[in-house]
Amino acid sequence: MDDPTFKLVTGNRLRDGAVVYFASAGIWTPRIDDARLVEEKDGAALLAEAQAGPPPHPAVGPALIDAVRDGDRVVPATLREKIRASGPTVAYRAA
Amino acid sequence: MLLDRDGAFRADSWRHLADDEADDDGESVTISLRRWQAERERWQDRSTPLGLRLPNDVPPAAIGAAVDRFALIVLNFPRFVDGRAYSQARLLRGRLGFRGELRAAGNVLRDQLLFMARCGFDSFAVDAARARAEDWPRAFREFDLFYQPANDRRLPILSQRLRAWQGAAE
Amino acid sequence: MYRYDEFDRKFLAERVAQYRDQVRRRLAGQLSEDEFRSLRLMNGLYLQLHAYMLRISIPYGTLSSAQLRGLAEVARRWDKGYGHFTTRQNIQFNWIKLEETPDILAHLAAVQLHGIQTSGNSFRNITTDPFAGVAGDEIEDPRPYCEIVRQWAALHPEFSFLPRKFKIAINAADADRAAVKIHDLGLYLRRSDRGEIGFAVTVGGGLGRTPILAQTVRDFVPRRELLAYISACLRVYNQYGRRDNLFKSRIKILVQALGIEKMRQEVEDEYAAMGDEREALALPDEAVAAMQAQFAPPAYADAAGDDAELAQAAASEPDFARWIERNTRPHKQAGHASVVISLKPVGRPTGDCSASQMRTVADLADELSFGEVRVTHDQNLVLPHVRKSALYDLWLRLGAGDLATPNIGLASDIIACPGLDYCGLATARSIPVAQALAVHLAGREAAIGPLQIKISGCINACGHHHVGHIGILGLEKNGAESYQITVGGSDGEQAALGGIIGPAVAAHEITATVDRLIDAYLRLRRDGEQFPDTYRRVGLAPFKEALYVAR
Repeated sequence: MDDPTFKLVTGNRLRDGAVVYFASAGIWTPRIDDARLVEEKDGAALLAEAQAGPPPHPAVGPALIDAVRDGDRVVPATLREKIRASGPTVAYRAA
Repeated sequence: MLLDRDGAFRADSWRHLADDEADDDGESVTISLRRWQAERERWQDRSTPLGLRLPNDVPPAAIGAAVDRFALIVLNFPRFVDGRAYSQARLLRGRLGFRGELRAAGNVLRDQLLFMARCGFDSFAVDAARARAEDWPRAFREFDLFYQPANDRRLPILSQRLRAWQGAAE
Repeated sequence: MYRYDEFDRKFLAERVAQYRDQVRRRLAGQLSEDEFRSLRLMNGLYLQLHAYMLRISIPYGTLSSAQLRGLAEVARRWDKGYGHFTTRQNIQFNWIKLEETPDILAHLAAVQLHGIQTSGNSFRNITTDPFAGVAGDEIEDPRPYCEIVRQWAALHPEFSFLPRKFKIAINAADADRAAVKIHDLGLYLRRSDRGEIGFAVTVGGGLGRTPILAQTVRDFVPRRELLAYISACLRVYNQYGRRDNLFKSRIKILVQALGIEKMRQEVEDEYAAMGDEREALALPDEAVAAMQAQFAPPAYADAAGDDAELAQAAASEPDFARWIERNTRPHKQAGHASVVISLKPVGRPTGDCSASQMRTVADLADELSFGEVRVTHDQNLVLPHVRKSALYDLWLRLGAGDLATPNIGLASDIIACPGLDYCGLATARSIPVAQALAVHLAGREAAIGPLQIKISGCINACGHHHVGHIGILGLEKNGAESYQITVGGSDGEQAALGGIIGPAVAAHEITATVDRLIDAYLRLRRDGEQFPDTYRRVGLAPFKEALYVAR
């Protein structure tokens, strides 16, 4: 049987653009493993909670994504989100 | 609330009539282009000031010589990224010679005010609370040098350079 | 090179101050992201996958050594130590913090650089031939006109909110080294029969979802009328270009919808009606002459004897000889050459350059190339004026910085966009594909000869895949990366769009597929033919067949 898919909310931190994940009211974490995961049916409510609060919102473009649990780790479903979570797949510093 | 290009706030003394709304004698009103075209004879000879609201997908040439009939023309920015009214403003000023008040309405924001003023707008329909909080009047003074000739009679940089060179040559 | 005067300096200082206030308002919650996005884009700031990305304009690809050091400092101090040169002859930094961008732009303003209009729906960087001013086949140096257009386009009051971005390229030589036909507006510098300088004007070129080559709207516009005529084109576009659909908003779609005849009529009608405005925009001879003086050739040494010296050095060192053959270009001054510095060391990300490499190039430019550097649209650098007697020393020192890969114009000199490793728009990765291909093909690239492979990680085509001899477009299909391959494209005088060779392939199939296409080309080509020549002669079928037979 497939691992159950969860929903979590991610965005980029306003002041520096870093990838962040919604943990709890007003708290965004750079570690996806610390993100709050909910079942599919509770995704819309989670997104609404993540979007709440007065401007400026700490995260730009909050969006729901899919992920699965792998032990203590949280693994996003798409390649794009995997790359956002762990960085470019290529060594980036020119020689 | 209105903001003028000189940075002053003032109340809007015009009433902007819907197409099915009647006007009162003696008041200044704006009407839609559609209404102007449909009821031209009725409005043509009205003795109190008349304004026109021109949608941003109509070339100003459509008004033609009637442009002189209007004391106010209101151009619309449905979203601030929709820049058609900049060209309309320049054509109204430069091509049709419109000398009345040219007003920007719709999604008018602080950081476009100077562009609008340069294209010939005189007044801006704004949210006064926001405009005061963000010091919108200062937006008109953020630059005093421009590379392009436009409709605000400021001497572009190239003309200033030419003048300086000629001065140096004499 | 153009140096800012007091006007330019003050203008840019005002722009930095304005932007600083915009960032302050955003961080204070006065501006929504939607409102701020357009403002930051107009200063070159994107929000990408991992961070903000800042794109700095390199006007027509010309840099001074001081400017390059300024960029190196940005890489070192505010980024992770490197930058990426783009197909628009710009540079972008991938790991930028919003709150630091006003300081970065203030730092760059001190060396006369900025991010103005490197994004947003307005004029983008004006591009031209990287060998402008030194190429033997040019009619006149295009850079003074590039600078004139650049200034006119900067914060244009009427055209800062166009339906979509607007790219202008100017070419002044027989060969088109500026890919003019894939530009929204193209200018070919011409000398009329009467000896007057002017421009043929093209409109409606562009890649992206609907690739179209530009068509001529006017054969000759005298230079005095250049800005007025461009204004007429832009005014037609600003009023009639589509704004209801992002993918149909470029001027090419308007030209396609109207037809070139009707488009020409619209532009000419507008131009005829401009009257006083034309006079206000006229370029007097003295303005052109003053601008040309800024681009006067440097004081070259008498280097007529250098050729013999160079021949001797090349004869004794084959690696050096190969680099000379691949990476240098003729210069109109005797005893000089233009040197292309490869930013494509085999297996490294294409177009990336570290802070220390930037400083190395800046130092070499000061010492050997009158302090001047160029950026090419295929993501390499150029030292435009090097004495031939200095080439050997230059080669050794470039080699020490991993900057002397002798692959210019060959299979491993690949154009690639940042792709899904960095870009928020990408649908697939580009850099790993380019790396794998370069490693695979490097061994036989000399036998293949000139070959342009171009890779884009999405339909927006920043990697110019449609005009690659072999083009690769990364897509996403059922959650996996998938690559559509085209052949026969070209961005030169005989610009052409490539033909699709079949269904998209998976990432691991790309190398084998490209190999078969190259094998087919080598089998089919006649003497002196490059890939697009062979393609024009034989068509798509033999290439399709080569893949079909293999499957």
